Amino acid sequence: MSSGPVPSPTPETAPFWESTRAHAMRLPFCTACGRAHFYPRSQCPFCHAPDLEWREVSGRATLASYVIDRRPAPVFETESQIVALVDLDEGPRMMTTIVEVEHDPAALHLGMPLTVRYTERGDQVLPLFVPSGVDA
Amino acid sequence: MSSMHGGAVAIVGAAETERVGTIPDRSVLQLHTESAIRAVADAGLTLDDIDGIANDGMPPHDVSHYLGIRPRWVDGTSVGGGSFMLHVRHAAAAIAAGAADVVLITHGESGRSGVGTKPWSRDPASLGGQFEQPFGALAPYSTFTTPVLAFLESRGMGRRDLAEVVAAQREWSKGNPRAARNTAISADEVLAAREIAYPFTRDMCCVVTDGGGALVLTSAERARDLPSAARTVHLLGSGEAAETPLVSQMDDLTSFGAFRAAGTEALRTAGITHDDVDHLMFYDAFAHLPLYMLEDVGFVGRGESGDFIADGHTRPGGRLPLNTNGGGLSYTHTGKYGMFAIQEAVRQLRGEAFRQAPDVEISFVLGVGMFFGTAGSLVLTNRR
Repeated sequence: MSSGPVPSPTPETAPFWESTRAHAMRLPFCTACGRAHFYPRSQCPFCHAPDLEWREVSGRATLASYVIDRRPAPVFETESQIVALVDLDEGPRMMTTIVEVEHDPAALHLGMPLTVRYTERGDQVLPLFVPSGVDA
Repeated sequence: MSSMHGGAVAIVGAAETERVGTIPDRSVLQLHTESAIRAVADAGLTLDDIDGIANDGMPPHDVSHYLGIRPRWVDGTSVGGGSFMLHVRHAAAAIAAGAADVVLITHGESGRSGVGTKPWSRDPASLGGQFEQPFGALAPYSTFTTPVLAFLESRGMGRRDLAEVVAAQREWSKGNPRAARNTAISADEVLAAREIAYPFTRDMCCVVTDGGGALVLTSAERARDLPSAARTVHLLGSGEAAETPLVSQMDDLTSFGAFRAAGTEALRTAGITHDDVDHLMFYDAFAHLPLYMLEDVGFVGRGESGDFIADGHTRPGGRLPLNTNGGGLSYTHTGKYGMFAIQEAVRQLRGEAFRQAPDVEISFVLGVGMFFGTAGSLVLTNRR
C-alpha cells in the first residue's frame, strides 16, 4: 500500500486500471497500424482508426527522465520521491514513481532498465517501477 | 483594414497593478479591474471606448460587468499562463476583421494570498488525475520539471546551465523594488541553495506572488490620434500552438513542438529573421524554459543555449537581452506570468523599463501554458 492520490477510472481507461489490479498491465493496440498508445483513448491517436485491442505488455521499461522531489505534497506521506518518465518496451511513455532505489542521482542513470512493481493505492493498483534485477 | 499583422494593430495601453508581490487587501477581481483602469488611462481612453474583452482566470463577463462595460466581442481563452499571448493575437484578428474596435485584456491573480479565489483542487478522473498526479506530479516543481534531465543529457549540458539562467536574469531585477528577488546571485549560490526537486534548487523555481496587468489594443489608425500615440507598440507577427495536456506525453522530451511551431509562425508572419530581434521575453516558470525556447525558436543552435547565457549574451550589456524584468524567476509570478512578460516587452519598446536595454526596436515574446501544453508568441515593435 502506498499513500497519495487515487486515480478515478473513466470508461475508456477502465480496462487499463482493471489490468493493473490484476497485476498484468494491458495497453490498447491499434488493429490497423499495430501501435500501442498511452494514455488509453477510444481511437488510435496515430492513424485515427477506431478498432483497438487490449494486450498485456511486458512491464519492462527504460528511464527517460526524472526529478527527485524533495518537497512532496503531504498526501504522499514521504520525505522525498522519484517522479519519473519511462519508455515502455512496447513504445509508449508513461509517468511513474521509481521505488526501491536510493533517492540519489548517483543511483539513477537515463536509459537504465526498469521493471514494473504493482502497488496498491486505495481501491486501485499503480504501476510503479524498480531497477531491473531487484527481487520482488 | 485587413491585416492582423504587419503593425496594423497596436498596443496603446499597458499597466500592471500599482503593487505586485503580497497584496492581501485585494480580491482577484479587483486585481483585474485595477489593472484595467490603469491600462485604459495609460492609453488616453475611457472605459466607454472598450468594446472587446478578454482574460484568463475569470469568466470574461465578470470583469466587463464589474467595470460597467457591455462588450460586443468576448474571448475567454484559458490555456494556462501564456493565454495572454493568444488573447493579443485573437484581439488583433478581431480588430482587423472589424469585430471589435478597442479590446481590453486583463489579468489578476492572488497567487500568494488567495483572496477572492478558490484553492486548486484535484480531479482524480482527469487525465492528470489518473496518469500523473498519483505518481508524484502534484506541484508544478515536480511536474513541469520532469523532462529536464533528458534535455540536458541529450546536449551534454548540466544543472549549472540552469543556475546560469537564474544568475543572468537576476542582473536585470537587481535593485528593482517591484521585483520579488532583487539581489545579485551567482551560479554557485544558486546551486548551493535548498534543493526543491533535483536538479532544481530554490531560485530555479519561480516566485509566487499577487498582482495583475492589462493591455488595451486598437487599430494603428486609431492609435495615431490618441494621447499615447508616441508610445504606441505595434504587433508585427504572432503565433500559437498546442500539444499535450500531460508532460509525460510530449512528442519529444528534449524539444517542445509548440515552441517551434508558434515561434516559426510569429517570425514568418512578422516577415523578420532572428537577427532582426533586439530583445526577448521568455515565460520562465522554471529555469529550463529559456533554454528550451532559445533552441526551439532557433535563436541559438541545438546545445548552445547554456553557453550563450553563461557567456553573458543575455545579461545587461549583452547582444540579446532576455527577461529584462528578471522573469518569473525573479520579478513576479502570480500563477499566470504571461501578462508580465508582455508588459516588460512594452516597457522596453517604450523606453520605460526599470533597467532599460539600449536600442530595442523589435521584441519577441514567447509564452507557455499548462506546463508543456500550449504556446503563444508575439513580435512587437515601436516602429511603424
